[in-house]
Amino acid sequence: MQLSRRTLLGSAAAAAALPIGRARAQAGNTIKIGVLNDQSGPYRDTGGLFSFAAAKLAVSEFAAQGFNVDVITADHQNKPDIGAGLARQWYDRDGVDVILDVPTSSVALAIAGVAKEKDKTYLNIGAATADLTGKQCAPSIIHWSYDTYMLAKSTGGATVRSGGDSWYFVTADYAFGHQLQDATTRFVTAAGGKVLGSSAYPFPGTSDFSSFLLQAQASGAKVLGLCNAGADTVNSIKQAKEFGITMRLAAMLMFITDVHALGLDVAGGLTLTESFYWDMNDRTRAFAKRLLPHMPQPKMPNMIHAGCYAATLHYLKAVTQIGVAAAKASGTAAVSQMKKMPTEDDAFGSGSIREDGMALFPSYLFQVKTPAESKGPWDYYKTLSSYPPEEAWRPLAEGGCAFVKS
Amino acid sequence: MIMIFGKPLMLLYGQLTLGLINGSFYALLSLGLAVIFGLLNIINFAHGALFMLGAFVTWGLLQYLGIGYWAALVIAPLVLGVFGVVLERFLIRRLYGLDHLYGLLLTFGCALVIEGLMRNNFGSSGVPYAIPSALQGPLNLGFMVLPRYRAWVVLAAAAMCLVTWLLIERTRLGATLRAATENAPLVQAFGVNVPRLITLTYGAGCALAAFAGVLAAPMNSVNPNMGSNLIIVVFATVVIGGMGSILGSIITGFGLGIIEGITKVYYPEGSATVVFVVMVIVLLLRPAGLFGKAA
Repeated sequence: MQLSRRTLLGSAAAAAALPIGRARAQAGNTIKIGVLNDQSGPYRDTGGLFSFAAAKLAVSEFAAQGFNVDVITADHQNKPDIGAGLARQWYDRDGVDVILDVPTSSVALAIAGVAKEKDKTYLNIGAATADLTGKQCAPSIIHWSYDTYMLAKSTGGATVRSGGDSWYFVTADYAFGHQLQDATTRFVTAAGGKVLGSSAYPFPGTSDFSSFLLQAQASGAKVLGLCNAGADTVNSIKQAKEFGITMRLAAMLMFITDVHALGLDVAGGLTLTESFYWDMNDRTRAFAKRLLPHMPQPKMPNMIHAGCYAATLHYLKAVTQIGVAAAKASGTAAVSQMKKMPTEDDAFGSGSIREDGMALFPSYLFQVKTPAESKGPWDYYKTLSSYPPEEAWRPLAEGGCAFVKS
Repeated sequence: MIMIFGKPLMLLYGQLTLGLINGSFYALLSLGLAVIFGLLNIINFAHGALFMLGAFVTWGLLQYLGIGYWAALVIAPLVLGVFGVVLERFLIRRLYGLDHLYGLLLTFGCALVIEGLMRNNFGSSGVPYAIPSALQGPLNLGFMVLPRYRAWVVLAAAAMCLVTWLLIERTRLGATLRAATENAPLVQAFGVNVPRLITLTYGAGCALAAFAGVLAAPMNSVNPNMGSNLIIVVFATVVIGGMGSILGSIITGFGLGIIEGITKVYYPEGSATVVFVVMVIVLLLRPAGLFGKAA
C-alpha cells in the first residue's frame, strides 16, 4: 500500500478520535482519576510515577462497587500554564473527575482556580502551599499529607528550642519557597530567634548552591534553613558538606526519597518533618510492602506517595456513598461526603478532614539515622517528637478560608 | 572590613572564585559547540545530553567495573567520542545539504530521547559520585575555603581549553581544519579526506563535552537533568562569544561565570537571567558576537 500524507493524516485523526469515543461510551459509570505531577524535573522522585503507582494500588484494593475506575497521568513540567491547561483539558474534554497529587505550589494554586471555577474534585497531596486551605480554598479541594505551616512549626520550632536561634535562608524563588520561609520566620521569631538574611535562587534550573551557602556562612547565623525541595535540597546539602559549612542544617522540606538519594553518611543527623514513615507500625509496613513491587524503581513510599494512596481510597469510599452520578456532577458534593466520613487506611491510620479541606493526622519530627544506627535498607528515621492533629496543623480560624466563615 | 556596595570584599572574592568554577564548565562546553559549529555548521543541541552521559559513564565505570576517577577522565571522553562518531555517521551526515534548522531539530530530538531514557533508568534525584581521595578536603585561600576539588576543576578546564586552542590555531592539523571550515571543496581537492575530518571533529566535540561531564560528576549529583540545566547558558555563551570562535567561547565562558557569580551576591533572583541580558546587549551592539567575524 502506498502511503500518502493524506491517508496518514486521516488515520491519525481516526486514531485520535477512537479513545474519546470509547471514553464517552463508558463515562456514565466510570470515575476517572488524573494524577498530575512533575515527571521529568527535580520533583520527579518525590511524586511522579510513584504517586501514580500509589493511586493505582488504592484503586485495585478498593473493590469497586458497581462502577469502574480509570487512572491516567501527565507531566506538568513545574509550569503553571501547562498545568492549568492540562487541568482544563482533563476536566472539560477528557472526562476526568478528580485531579490528584500536583506538587509545585505555583502549579497547584493555578489548578485550584480551575477546580474552583468548574466545581471539580481536586485532591492535592504534593504541594506545600498552605493557601490551598487558606486564601485559595474551595469546597471541592482537599489538601493531604503536609503544608508549609506544619513543616515550619515542627522543624522550625524544634530547631530554635534546641539552641538554633539565628537563621539564614536559602530559598527557591517561587510561591512555595517564600511561603515556607515566611512561615518558618514566624515560628523562629515567636520562639525568640532571629533571621539574619536570605538568598532566593531561580527555580527551576539552579544546580550550584555554593554561592548562597558561602553568603549564609558569612552572615554568622547558626542555622541554615533550606526552603526548597527534591533534587535542590539534595544538592544544597551535598555542597554544604563539600564547602565545610559548619552551620546547622534545617531542611524545611525533605522526604525519605531525598534521604535515600543523599545516603546516610551525608544525611545522618538531619532533622525533618513528615506525616508518614513506612516503618512506623505494622499497618504502614504492610502498606509499603504491598506498594513496593508496583513502584517504577524500588523506593519506599514517602508522605506524598502515601497521601496519594490514602486520598484515592477515601474518595472512592465517598463515591460509593453518594453514587457515581452525583460525584461526577459536583466536586463539592464528593468532597463534602469525604469530610463527613472519618478517614481510615493503612498509611495514616484513622483521621478526619476539616471543613476547610485540611486532612488531619499527627505529624512527626524525625532525625535521620547515621550509618551506624541504621540496621538495614531504608531504616532511616528515628522519631524525635510527634504532634497530635490539633497541634500539627494551622488552626481553622487563622487560615482565612472564605467559605468556612459564611 | 572593606565593603563594596554593602558586601564584604572577602565575600566578593569568594564569589568570583565560584564564578570562575562555573565559568570553566561554560567554557569547556561552549568550546566543543564552537568547534562543531565551525566545521559542521551544526547547532549541536545534544551537547548537554553528551555532558550528562559523560558524568554517567564516569559513575558507571566505578559502579560496574571498579574503574576510578583518573582513568574515567580519559575513558569517558573516548567512549562518548566514539558515540559521537556513530551519531555523525548515521544521523547527522544526512543533513549536511539542508538548512541549519534540521540539524538543530535532530540533535535536540536526540537530546530529549537520551535524557528521557536516562531518567527512566536512574530517576531525577541522581546517583552519588564521591570526590577522588587525592582531591578531598578544603584549601584555605585566606578569603574563602575552597574545596580542593573545585580548584582542580578550574585548572583542568583551563588546561584543556588551552590545549584545544593550541591544537586548532598552532598545528598543521588545526590549519587543515580551519581551511576546511573556510572552503571544504578546495581542501578536498588537495587530497584531504574532509568527510573523515568532519566525523572526527564531531567526535572530538563530544569528547570535550564528556570531559566536562567527568569533571562535574563529583561536584553535583550525577542526574539526567544536569545537561539541560546548563545547555541554554552555554548556547548564550557561544552566541555572545561569536558563533564558531574558539577563543571567543573560552573567554566568554569564564567571563559569564564571573558575571553570574557577582549577580548571585547582589540580586540572586536574577542570576539565571543576567547571562541573557548580556546576550541582548552584545547582540544589539555587535551582532556577530564579541569575537565573531561579521558575515
